[in-house]
Amino acid sequence: MKKLAVALLFSCLPAFASAAGGHDAELEKAPVNLQDKVSLQNGAKLFVNYCMGCHSLEYLRYGRMGEDLGISDELTLKYLNFTSEKIGDPMKNGMTAENGKDWFGNPPPDLTLAARHRSPDWIYSYLTGFYEDESRPYGYNNHVFPSVGMPHVMAGMQETLSEEEFESNMGDITNFLTYAAEPIAPTRERIGVYVLVFLAILFVPAYLLKKEYWKDVH
Amino acid sequence: MMRVVNGLIDWVDARLPVVNAYKKHMSEYYAPKNFNFWYYFGVLSMVVLVNQLLTGIWLTMFYSPSQGFESVEYIMRDVQWGWLIRYMHAVGASAFFAVVYIHMFRGLMYGSYKPPRELVWIFGMLIYVALMAEGFLGYVLPWGNMSYWGAQVIISLAGAIPFDILPFIGPDDAKDIGEALTTWVRGDYLLSTATVNKFFALHVVAIPLVLVALVFLHILALHEVGSNNPDGVEIKQNKDENGIPKDGIPFHPYYTVKDLPGVIIFLMIFAVVIFFFPTGGGYLIEKPNFVAANPLKTPDHIAPVWYYGPYYAMLRATTIEWLGMSSKTWGLIAMGGGIVVLFLLPWLDRHPVKSIRYKGWLSKLLLFVFAADFLMLGYLGTQPATGTAKTLAQIGTVYYFLFFFIGLPLAHRFEKSKPVPERVTGGH
Amino acid sequence: MSNDGVNTSRRTFLIGLTSTVGVAGAIGAAVPFVKSWQPSAKAENAGAPVEVDVSKLEMGQRVVAEWRGQPVWVVRRTDDMVANLDKLNDQLKDPESKDKQQPPYAANEWRSIKKEYLVLIGICTHLGCSPLFEEEPTVELKYGGFFCPCHGSKFDLAGRVYEGVPAPTNLVVPPHSYVSDAVIIVGSEEGETKA
Repeated sequence: MKKLAVALLFSCLPAFASAAGGHDAELEKAPVNLQDKVSLQNGAKLFVNYCMGCHSLEYLRYGRMGEDLGISDELTLKYLNFTSEKIGDPMKNGMTAENGKDWFGNPPPDLTLAARHRSPDWIYSYLTGFYEDESRPYGYNNHVFPSVGMPHVMAGMQETLSEEEFESNMGDITNFLTYAAEPIAPTRERIGVYVLVFLAILFVPAYLLKKEYWKDVH
Repeated sequence: MMRVVNGLIDWVDARLPVVNAYKKHMSEYYAPKNFNFWYYFGVLSMVVLVNQLLTGIWLTMFYSPSQGFESVEYIMRDVQWGWLIRYMHAVGASAFFAVVYIHMFRGLMYGSYKPPRELVWIFGMLIYVALMAEGFLGYVLPWGNMSYWGAQVIISLAGAIPFDILPFIGPDDAKDIGEALTTWVRGDYLLSTATVNKFFALHVVAIPLVLVALVFLHILALHEVGSNNPDGVEIKQNKDENGIPKDGIPFHPYYTVKDLPGVIIFLMIFAVVIFFFPTGGGYLIEKPNFVAANPLKTPDHIAPVWYYGPYYAMLRATTIEWLGMSSKTWGLIAMGGGIVVLFLLPWLDRHPVKSIRYKGWLSKLLLFVFAADFLMLGYLGTQPATGTAKTLAQIGTVYYFLFFFIGLPLAHRFEKSKPVPERVTGGH
Repeated sequence: MSNDGVNTSRRTFLIGLTSTVGVAGAIGAAVPFVKSWQPSAKAENAGAPVEVDVSKLEMGQRVVAEWRGQPVWVVRRTDDMVANLDKLNDQLKDPESKDKQQPPYAANEWRSIKKEYLVLIGICTHLGCSPLFEEEPTVELKYGGFFCPCHGSKFDLAGRVYEGVPAPTNLVVPPHSYVSDAVIIVGSEEGETKA
């Protein structure tokens, strides 16, 4: 009975693990690597230049981003910031929700958590998924977001760069947004290893102590 | 030095029965010596409770109900180590249910609810219900879009109540009691800051007080009647010349030192989830909850957190209209009934044998299918209710109730039990 | 149950070892809870260094800035004001600024980086009122200074406290530095801290 019950308990785990992601099947795999500082810096630069006019990152602060990406405060303020004065300010932009609604039908959403709300793969597929469609107001449509209100702001870049270079750039933006959604992620995993090593060490004397006392029990 | 300490203990003990309590609950509480794997989950529930209380108290220092969503991101990013405290609390909620479900299943296997432990079981069930309320209230606080719509669905359930239970609360313009009740719970005509403020107060003060009191009573009642064990043998019936159960060992030090390695293993699993899979692939923190509550946009797929899955599946599976009541009302009855029936367990199980070890083949089969059924319902509750899934949920719901109302009361008539030993078996 | 042949010393040792490692873990686990009480990134940003442009400040006048919720005064002292600073030393509690009420670069006779500009936190060291600025001599302050209206504490034009008043120490000079000749940054020492 005991074995049966344990087997039952664990047999349900794969079922839990596989679901909840939803319909990501048709999405392209995003090249996410949070250790790749060059990619993250390029992603930050592209995001600030191409996206931030409309999309803010209101929960991320300039200084935090600079620190995590290895960019000095001075350079961050000079090259990655067009609106704010203080290094500790959140990365907001000048567009109001009303402006956005007037111009695009819906206010462009804040993207701090986009990579957690959608997924990195979704963002990457979206960025690389624009195609020409004359029926749309801005002349473009998108494979993963049909009837999207956003114009293809990177159309110019897509024309001048090779397909490979363009995809690499979109990968960098995706990587950067994945970072922005959870800046603590690499630290979290590092601390996790320390915690597990500590618990493993603590287990040894605790187990020996149990063994020692249970010698009494017959 | 020792004299001073002993003097202090004597002084306090003359005024408060600390030594007595220590003896009664620790050093002279005799627990059966044959506890197995399943007996770790009681102490693990305590560990998670402490985790939830500590991290919860700390989160209230940084959370503000009027800016639920923003303040959670504030905790995750701006508060030093806030991310860890928040993940410990969010993952802790799921861990709580995981260990409590296994703890309850243990009770079901070994008949731990049978006389003289009915009250232990009842207090345990009250803890479970309080925990479900606590989980729901806490789920709303981050005020993401899943919080909003989950709350919307659950609060709307009150609209299924077909009769006037609280006539004095209804605003005059409500069309029926259900609407009046939902408005009363929300404190507004939509889910709003008024609702979050109310839920915050209940989540951080009211329900935790009740929970802690119930846990206290659960343990007090247990220590009065003594622990059950995998053999279902009453160890108090075999005492030695000193009045100590022959199969009993002092809780302290034997079970404290035995629980410790178990707790460490649990903490390792807990840490793996917190540090490497904090959102649990969308099962612990759901994707739609990473966007702020939006009353104009329902997430594509609304599902409760996994631990409500079985009851949510029963709610959705119920499509009958009967006795002039709508299927919505019957769904509510099925869901509520699924929980109420657990309270009746001590009186529904008519088997002369306590532990599944010595019950016959039918009882074993029924229990095994019940466990599978419960897991299946839990899974279905988190999935979209489409054709096959819906039929399966309906079959699962029927079996759930048949198990309690037919299986438990009657199974012993159709099987032959094994002889129950005089003394506990196995082990050392 | 039997307690024959119990190895007491091994038990004591294992209890000690487990407790030691366990206590170390408990301390480690307490770190996040303790650290979370420190100012958050939001508070750090609100308390970030503040720049004060003093180029337009007239001789003998004061400008008030806000840094971390406290008034920060910048007084542009005339040559006379500076010259008068050492005349009342015998009436001051700490004329040589021995108490660490100022950063090292302001621990001099005039209690500032440049003689001309005095930078002070405008909070009385007695019970936290904000003293009044007296640029002209008064009955109480022969060469001008600061007078606290709450309990009558007196400070000279270097923020040094007089004898015989309730305030125990000189007014605090906050950490500050010069970004350029006439722009002071309060709360940061990344600029110039020499005259």
